[in-house]
Amino acid sequence: MTFETNTMTKDPILKVEHLSMRFGGLMAINDFSFEAARGDITALIGPNGAGKTTVFNCITGFYKPTMGMITMRQKSGDEFLLERLPDFEITKRAKVARTFQNIRMFSGMTVLENLLVAQHNKLMQASGYTVLGLLGFPTYRQAAKDSTELARHWLEKASLIDRADDPAGDLPYGAQRRLEIARAMCTGPELLCLDEPAAGLNPRESHALNELLQSIRAETGTSILLIEHDMSVVMEISDHVVVLEYGQKISDGNPDFVKNDPRVIAAYLGVEDEEVEEVIEQIVEIESEHGGTQQ
Amino acid sequence: MANVASTTASAGSELTARALREAVFSGLITLGLFVLFVGLKSDQNIRNELILNQRWSLLAIFVVVAMVGRFLMVAYAQPWLAQRKAVKAAAPEVAKEESFFSRNFSKIAILALVLYPPVIIALFGVQGSLKWVDNFGVQILIYVMLAWGLNIVVGLAGLLDLGYVAFYAVGAYSYALLSSYFGLSFWVLLPVAGLLAACWGVVLGFPVLRLRGDYLAIVTLAFGEIIRLVLINWTEVTKGTFGVSGIAKATLFGIKFDASKDGFAALMGLPLSSAYYKIFLFYLILGLALLTAFVTIRLRRMPVGRAWEALREDEIACRSLGINTTTTKLTAFATGAMFGGFAGSFFAVRQGFVSPESFVFLESAVILAIVVLGGMGSLTGIFVAAVVMIGGTEILRELTFLKMIFGPNFTPELYRMLIFGLAMVVVMVWKPRGFVGSREPTAFLRERKAVSGSFTKEGHG
Repeated sequence: MTFETNTMTKDPILKVEHLSMRFGGLMAINDFSFEAARGDITALIGPNGAGKTTVFNCITGFYKPTMGMITMRQKSGDEFLLERLPDFEITKRAKVARTFQNIRMFSGMTVLENLLVAQHNKLMQASGYTVLGLLGFPTYRQAAKDSTELARHWLEKASLIDRADDPAGDLPYGAQRRLEIARAMCTGPELLCLDEPAAGLNPRESHALNELLQSIRAETGTSILLIEHDMSVVMEISDHVVVLEYGQKISDGNPDFVKNDPRVIAAYLGVEDEEVEEVIEQIVEIESEHGGTQQ
Repeated sequence: MANVASTTASAGSELTARALREAVFSGLITLGLFVLFVGLKSDQNIRNELILNQRWSLLAIFVVVAMVGRFLMVAYAQPWLAQRKAVKAAAPEVAKEESFFSRNFSKIAILALVLYPPVIIALFGVQGSLKWVDNFGVQILIYVMLAWGLNIVVGLAGLLDLGYVAFYAVGAYSYALLSSYFGLSFWVLLPVAGLLAACWGVVLGFPVLRLRGDYLAIVTLAFGEIIRLVLINWTEVTKGTFGVSGIAKATLFGIKFDASKDGFAALMGLPLSSAYYKIFLFYLILGLALLTAFVTIRLRRMPVGRAWEALREDEIACRSLGINTTTTKLTAFATGAMFGGFAGSFFAVRQGFVSPESFVFLESAVILAIVVLGGMGSLTGIFVAAVVMIGGTEILRELTFLKMIFGPNFTPELYRMLIFGLAMVVVMVWKPRGFVGSREPTAFLRERKAVSGSFTKEGHG
């Protein structure tokens, strides 16, 4: 059994250090640190209200953390301090894309248009910030064609190609989830953050989602960070699991390790009164084994 | 066969019997309701005594109207409506082949507009055409252009702007003041007025970026009022409520529309008439309006236009896709304002006189009403709404026969707003998303399907 806390990941794409987020008197996240390795699928799990989505919002710039540092290292070696960037630049420059827990699509636009909106920045440049495009320059026409092709590629991957010309609001729930992932991929991210992608999916859809995520990683080398409640998804596809409870990290390691960690079991299942002592003993044991690496 | 005929006959007689029964009931109810209101009237006679007038004949008319109305409703109107509904349900949009007219509506409309002045001259003569070209043509097209401009802000970007008339005012005063102080020509000042209005659009845009919905609407409303009050009170420059008069007319490639020997009429060998200038103005505003439409259609297919619509649908999702919502909102305000500015400078050149009176809140409300009635985002719908609303209120002036019915003191124009409001209520009940509720997608893989209005959002600020 290896406790992987604070072991240096070889090539971290995302490094979160001492992240804290305070809402008034509530400490939603308290001194939380973890690393996500490049090319890995990292899962962030924890009971309801543990602060998972808050961590996501800090990473993607929707919240400004009270304390801490979030470093994104791209393949090219460029580093971005995400807590200093405004939210849209995190996608635009740092190449971190995200989806939402309660799906946010452009429901009145067609599925294809949703994916074209995601390629805004690329197209904006190609259209010479609208001026050249308005005058009908060929550069924009070519870029528009390319972006449609990219959209078609992701529609095929997400098996939405048949619904490409339908309004996004008309899709069934599972397809909307896939559309959101396809849309995020159209921004060309290096790190894809998924907030509960399997929520509300039936087992078959959830299996298809796993395959989609695996193939995204295999084909584009995109690293994935996901929040998930569905343990079958987490255990099946993730390489690395981080467990959060009451804003603090309680476990961090590969899926097998986390699954058997008594703290995680206690956090998820709760324990009877007489078992508490037992659990505490186990925890003390583990901590002494590892020289109290967990603070 | 006889069986079927007899059942229909019996159904028919049953219906008639029910209609008669209901008519009697409603007659009784009407009698009960009105017997004291209408049947009896207390009055004072010449000696200040209270007397009771009996008006049985009037009461009888009330009752008869109610009975006949109920009978017709039950016996004819309701079955007819039910039948129509059944027919509609039985044939669920199978062969909904669009007619030639609706497919080519925009082309036909543009052609009709281009041919409008010659046709009017042919029908009413040169002098007679004045009213039809100016009051109807130019007036409607100004509102079409304004509503198309506002459509960018409200319909596409979903930002509720109640102070749009401010940009119209900026455009009008830009032309009026710059031409009277510096003597610059209309063709130089048209783009200048548009740019100045766009600048003011950005100036308004900055403070309201954080606001949404109702709050945004209130601040834009205030902005409109501020511009108007500045125009009233900055008397050294704007001449306050007196307004700026004697504004230079526009020229056609340097040809003036006046009585001089270089004037348009003299050069063309036509008799002198102000109608030619009005026709020139008609084509000018037609060109400007078509420019607005062309740019809007083009922009919708560009990243910035899609970002506007995406902003209307979901702002947070936009930010998560790397779209700078600040600049996107500002470009929407600036573009909308620019077309308002163009329309404003046209307004100044057409009237030859501008005063703050023309830029009151009511104008903003009318323009917004046209956008909402037409269907937010739809150029065709907005055009139709402008024709119906502005054309309709202009037609009220023509209804002189109403004076014969309601007496010589009756002025139908005064009922303009009442009818406007009534029309809005009717349209909103009948078509809650405006005349054209569906949205035309900007790109497609296989076929272009209109997006039903139930999916699109109105925007939230």
